[in-house]
Amino acid sequence: MGCEKDLNLEATELRLGLPGSTASAEPPTPSNISSNNKRQLADINPDSGFRSAAVSSSSSGDKKSDLDQSAPPAKAQVVGWPPVRSFRRNVLQQQAKKTATETESAGGNYVKVSMDGAPYLRKIDLKVYSGYPQLLKALEEMFKFRYINGSDFVATYEDKDGDWMLVGDVPWTMFANCCKRLRITKGSDARGLTSGGTGGL
Amino acid sequence: MDLSPKQSSPSESTRFPDEVLERVLALLTSPKDRNAVSLVCKDWYTADSWSRRHVFIGNCYSVSPEIVARRFPRIRSVTLKGKPRFSDFNLVPDNWGADVHSWLLVFASGCPFLEELRLKRMRVTDESLEFLALNFPNFRALSLLSCDGFSTSGLATVATHCKNLTELDIQENGIEDLSGDWLSCFPENFNTLEVLNFSNLITDVNPGVLERLVSRCRSLKVLKLNRTSSLDRLQRLLVSAPQLTELGAGSFSEELTLQQHAELKYAFGLCKNLSVLSGFWDASALNLSAVYPACSRLSFLNMSYTALQSPELASLLPHCPCLRRLWVLDSVGDKGLEAVGANCPSLEEIRVFPTDPFDEDMLHTVTESGIVAVSQGCPKLHYILYFCRQMTNAAVATVVRNCPDFTHFRLCIMNPGQPDHTTNQPMDEAFGAVVKACKKLKRLSISGLLTDLTFKYIGEYAKNLEALSVAFAGSSDLGMQYVMEGCSKLKKLEIRDCPFGNVALLSGLERYESMRSLWMSACNVTIDGCRSLAREMPRLNVEVMKEEGSDDCKADKVYVYRTVAGPRRDAPPSVLTFSGL
Repeated sequence: MGCEKDLNLEATELRLGLPGSTASAEPPTPSNISSNNKRQLADINPDSGFRSAAVSSSSSGDKKSDLDQSAPPAKAQVVGWPPVRSFRRNVLQQQAKKTATETESAGGNYVKVSMDGAPYLRKIDLKVYSGYPQLLKALEEMFKFRYINGSDFVATYEDKDGDWMLVGDVPWTMFANCCKRLRITKGSDARGLTSGGTGGL
Repeated sequence: MDLSPKQSSPSESTRFPDEVLERVLALLTSPKDRNAVSLVCKDWYTADSWSRRHVFIGNCYSVSPEIVARRFPRIRSVTLKGKPRFSDFNLVPDNWGADVHSWLLVFASGCPFLEELRLKRMRVTDESLEFLALNFPNFRALSLLSCDGFSTSGLATVATHCKNLTELDIQENGIEDLSGDWLSCFPENFNTLEVLNFSNLITDVNPGVLERLVSRCRSLKVLKLNRTSSLDRLQRLLVSAPQLTELGAGSFSEELTLQQHAELKYAFGLCKNLSVLSGFWDASALNLSAVYPACSRLSFLNMSYTALQSPELASLLPHCPCLRRLWVLDSVGDKGLEAVGANCPSLEEIRVFPTDPFDEDMLHTVTESGIVAVSQGCPKLHYILYFCRQMTNAAVATVVRNCPDFTHFRLCIMNPGQPDHTTNQPMDEAFGAVVKACKKLKRLSISGLLTDLTFKYIGEYAKNLEALSVAFAGSSDLGMQYVMEGCSKLKKLEIRDCPFGNVALLSGLERYESMRSLWMSACNVTIDGCRSLAREMPRLNVEVMKEEGSDDCKADKVYVYRTVAGPRRDAPPSVLTFSGL
């Protein structure tokens, strides 16, 4: 259940790209030699040719800057460039994967929570709460505020469509599946959203 | 006039007894000073040989183990470096060489009192580690950095047999991580450890074993845990070893209860002597605040394994008033670097690594504003390593105007051949500004769109330069020629993907014997050029690494180094050695 089944947005989404490709997929780069961990003993092939380095961006005629957004072609990764040690690169790649799987795994649904005026964001796992009251209480403790009737605080969330919604309108499970991030606003910014009362909580 | 016989042989009247000379020389520890001393006269050479305790060998192929053991029979400590630096970036084949075993064999009979071995970019097998552990009864300190070829079994033999081990420092190696049992191999009564760094390893060590080991080793000063070490373990270890001066935390992302957080913070507060903090794989903002109480004497903070954001860094830095060295990822952004400039007046070194080196979307990045902000707030800065995706000539000029004392300036604009993004001009003037302003510059790494003008500046102004790293730069042979002619103190030159050919290579003929090594890859050098060089300069080893499918005449990767050991005999088939001998 949940948003995906009801709306099946991905299937009807208009985007540039071949069917079956996702928007964020990198064009396939020739075998990731630069990220190959030469230390993986299983992969040792002492005579494997290291691809000759040149991607021809060294000629002075090529002034392609990183800010050029118009359909960047797949840049073949240059061996050994940028000069970051394999060890460091592997650690960071593993961490990036770990963060990605942490947020996507069935075991947890971590969403960012921001509160107006707070210096930094928090992250919470929606799956550990059984309902809105528990979530509310956790947010109160986290940000040290009181979410009561008549207070200036309103909890909003960004759903899978990218729209900002008032927390509490939809059943908890649907919310927990749709919610991508949370925001606690206060003051007049919030008033436009409230539909008489504390938004269903 | 009548010269008495005594006065006609000056050495007689001015001669120190050998023992006195050796005592005096023993006070000189720097290898450079010792080398100078040994050139004064034969007596001094001999005295130095007998009294030298530490030898630094920057290129393991520049000399043979036999020569070293013969000249310095009483050394206690050896530092050996093997592969060319570009092997860190996968540019050197795995079987290239630099195996430590032949050294150990010779030292076992020639220098049996060896106590310390520090290896960088060497091949080390488990067999070698076992040999080391069994054949050097006084062995105390082992440090392996960027080495490969061994597994945790090798560590187990060291732990088992080295009864007096004080240092085990395993960093950034290609190690085969089989199990965490090696730590259990330290005997139950073993207590001499002062340095333990196993941050390289992934498999978990037996927690009870580690805690017991740490509580037994009252002299433990340096402890660097691995990624899988929990916060719980860290808390217990800190309570048990508050005397630590260097700590590498393990994983830092677990969710803690308030109580656990308080306990961790308390534990950090016990550590009054911490000067170095590192590790923090994957730190969360909340957990980081537990570290604050330990930061008041911190001089080196290494957060380069966790993607800190700017607010987290801004909250942390005010707690570190004595900070002199800082390593971070570019996730902190320019705002984070502004916080550095605002909070770290004593900062001498900053390194900013890329979170995602292949990320074209510029999600994590620092720009020219970041580096300028740091330079404005940190006038004592003398070491910078900066990975970025855009830079301007003006910004670099501002940076060196603010901080003219740079000894190490390493700038990596990650897109090869990228110009100044505001003017679209080459980055020549940036590096021109660096070499003109920084008279003490010893190490320089250049990047971006660069013409021969950069090299003209370097040759003309960088008179103290010892190490130069060049990539995707230059317009013609002249570039390299400027450097070879102008930089008389140059020791290490590494070049990749530049239009330098045989003329450039041979322009340095007179210089290579005063240098440690030259690396040139993906340039325009040919086999014939290498042959000529080898013929002219017989005391150089000229090696070419051929790539599959390249033209027969091309010298894909060239490695040239001075040596008194002759051409090496352990090169793999893909490495051609040319020698004038």
